[in-house]
Formats: sequence, structure tokens, C-alpha cells
Amino acid sequence: MRSVDLLPLVVDSLVFERAGRRIVDGVSFALDAGIRTVVLGPNGAGKSVLLRLCHGLLRPTAGSVRWQGHDQDGARRRQAMVFQRPVMLRRSALANVAYALDLAGASRRERDSRARDALERVGLTRVAHQPARVLSGGEQQRLALARAWTLAPEVLFLDEPTASLDPGATQEIERIIHAMHRAGTKIVLVTHNLGQARRLGDEILFLDRGRLLERSPVERFFRAPESREAAQYLAGELPW
Amino acid sequence: MNTFGEAAIQSLRLVAEFDARLRSIVALSLEVSLSAALIASVLGLPLGALIAVTPFNGRRAVIVVLNALMGLPPVVVGLAVYLLLSRAGPLGPLGLLFTPTAMVVAQVVLITPIVTALSRQIVADAWEEYREALQSLGARRPRVVTTLLYDLRYSLFTVVLAGFGRAAAEVGAVMIVGGNIDGVTRVMTTAIALETSKGDLPLALALGFVLILIVLSLNAAAYVIKEAAQRRFG
Repeated sequence: MRSVDLLPLVVDSLVFERAGRRIVDGVSFALDAGIRTVVLGPNGAGKSVLLRLCHGLLRPTAGSVRWQGHDQDGARRRQAMVFQRPVMLRRSALANVAYALDLAGASRRERDSRARDALERVGLTRVAHQPARVLSGGEQQRLALARAWTLAPEVLFLDEPTASLDPGATQEIERIIHAMHRAGTKIVLVTHNLGQARRLGDEILFLDRGRLLERSPVERFFRAPESREAAQYLAGELPW
Repeated sequence: MNTFGEAAIQSLRLVAEFDARLRSIVALSLEVSLSAALIASVLGLPLGALIAVTPFNGRRAVIVVLNALMGLPPVVVGLAVYLLLSRAGPLGPLGLLFTPTAMVVAQVVLITPIVTALSRQIVADAWEEYREALQSLGARRPRVVTTLLYDLRYSLFTVVLAGFGRAAAEVGAVMIVGGNIDGVTRVMTTAIALETSKGDLPLALALGFVLILIVLSLNAAAYVIKEAAQRRFG
């Protein structure tokens, strides 16, 4: 079905300023399909903004974000994003997934069966007809993943998806991210949880004060970070 | 016994007996103000939502004016609509002056800004929360508007009721464009004003009771619905 692949994503000299403050400061990299990319860095490093720039929710001040063979709008239809705090509509869990499918142009008949499939994959079949907003935080985040997964995105951006969840819920979210990756979706994850970065990442992009300081395979990054800033960050963060 | 006491007792009797004169006045009031609230909602809810989610030059000015229009004096609205509909006015040939339709028009002018301004505020607050998620899913503006209106339906119902309450309670606009003609354009508020000056306090007071009762029960209903919806849908 995929006519042209979206990846690699090429980010070139990307700059983003807000209220005169430079939040992303000349970042360049290319992201390939397949491997899972984890973006690490201290608070205020510009990780979340970088993700939003890639996903097209923010417009760069300078530089560019280029997807293969698509403009920004066409490309976004083949990506999905999961936020720290899931935003659900005031309707049932099933209807929330169906809504995303509707926006993606799926027919009415197709919507229902695909939405049910997605709920089953994240283990929410039991609450399919419950209002989404009264589900627990962990369930809502799984629902957000179901909503993303049902679109069969080529790329999934995740912005600290487990930051406000307990360990059990976090484990469940990580299982789903794993499964999506195995099903062929490129994962780009921002997290503060170093254990999660090790578990879910293949490579690390390390950001500090808006700059990309380091890019290494996960194992090497944790064993022997190249930059002084990354070493300090690893020393300062708690290891779980 | 003082006049207030007597009037109160007689008025309660009128309400209890559901007096025919009382009934027709109340019915016309409801008809006019509910129509106005309906039309104002059809216009004001989408307009308010659209302003909330569309950045454009001069939006701040529009919002300030809109908020100011919420305090539009009913008599001024009445006068303006009167001039529009009077025989020599631009809409004079329609022959609408001193009809219930003219009263609906005046009340629509009066409460559309209220519905628009209040719904803009509610939708703008929600948009802050929903924006990234909806944009990420690829929702374009018309769809964003319908999605937000539907998702906020219980809060917006309160806005519609606020509009209806204002319409049902105002007297200046309907007095001028309706003319307070017995059996044709006499509504609760104009009847109260007239009966009070005539000295028929029981009828005036009875109408006052009914008016307050209607507004009170509508708002109680709105409150209960909103509470229940919040518990059910979060």
C-alpha cells in the first residue's frame, strides 16, 4: 500500500525561536527506518519542541524538515504522535479510535472493525464502550496508542508517554511500543526514564540547550558518552 | 391586609387555576424567546467556535467588541430594529413591525452576541487542550469546529440557556418592536410592566412568579444535566 517511503527524515540546520529565545539551535540529522531513536537531554534542551517540529505541529524559524516524496501535510497523514497527557474526546473509547480513522478517510464500515482490532491489540476491548475520559491515566495512554496504531503510521513520535504513569502502566505502554515497532513503525521517543531509553532504544540523540551534542548506539552511549554534557546528564539522572 | 399580601394570594390563585389570559401570555413568551434562543444558537455557536480556533488580524478587537455587545441595552436594540422594520425603514415592506416575528428578530440581535462571546470563551479554553492532538490527527478547521462543539455540548447548553434567560427577561426591545398588543404581541415582561402601571397587581405578580419559575427550573435542569454528563463522560 505504501507507494513512497516517508523515511529517511532529513532535518537540516533546524532553528526554532519563541519569544526571542532560541529553543532549537541549528540541529541537523537524518532518521532512518527500522531502528528506534530515543531523544535524551536535560529539561529545556528542546526535545519536545524538536519532536513537534518533525511532526509539523510547529513551524521552524529557520532550517527544514524534509520527508521523502511528501509535503508536510501529506507526510503527517503517515505519522502519529502520542503526548505526555493523552487528549480524549467526550465519547466512548471505541468512538475515539473511530474518529481518528474517520479523519484518515476510512469508510464507516471499515472504521468499526479496525477500531475494535486496535482496542484488542492494546487490551482495551473490555472498556470499548466506556467514555474515554473516565478511564484511568494508563488506560487513556493505551487508548492514545490504539488511536495511533490503527492509522498504521510509518513513524510514531512519543513525547514522554509514561511520565505520569505508575510502573505497571508503564510496562504495558512499553509492550505496545515494542509491538508497534515489530509491526514496522519507526519509533522516535522522548523520555527522561533512562531504563526506558535502554529498553526501547536502539540509538540515542542527546540534546542540550537546543543543540544536538551526540548521536550513538544505546549501548555505547550509556557505557562511554562522548560529550562532557552527556556524561554529566547520565551521572545526574537516577538510573530507572 | 396590605396590597402586596392580597396581590400575592390572588396571583397564586391565577397560577394554580392556570388562568387562560395568563396561559396565552406565557405561551407567547416562550414561543418568542425559545425561537430567538434557537436562532441565536445556530448563528452564535459555530461563529464563536470559529473565532476561537482561527487566528486572524484584528481578532483581539473582534473579541473585545463581542464581549462589549453582551451588554447591549435592550431598548437600543429595540429602537434599531424598529427603525429597520418601520414602514419607512429598509425592511418596512415586509410588514413585520408589531408582530411576534419582529420580537424574535429583536431578541436574536440582543442575544446572538451573548451566545457567540460565551461559546468563543469556552471553545478557546478547550482548544488550548485539544489543539495538538487534533492537528496531529489531521483535523482541518471545519472539522475542528464541529468536533469541539460536539465535545463541549454540555457546557454550551448552559450558554444557550443564558441566552434564553436574557431574552425571556428583557422588556425594552419587545415593547418597542412588538407594541404590547393584547393577544398578539403581549409577553410576560411587557404585560408585567403594563399591569403594574394599570394597578392590576395580581396578574403582574402572577406573571412575575411564572417568569422566575421558568428561568429557575431551566437553570436547575441545565445544572443537573451538566453534572450528570460530567460524571458520565468526564
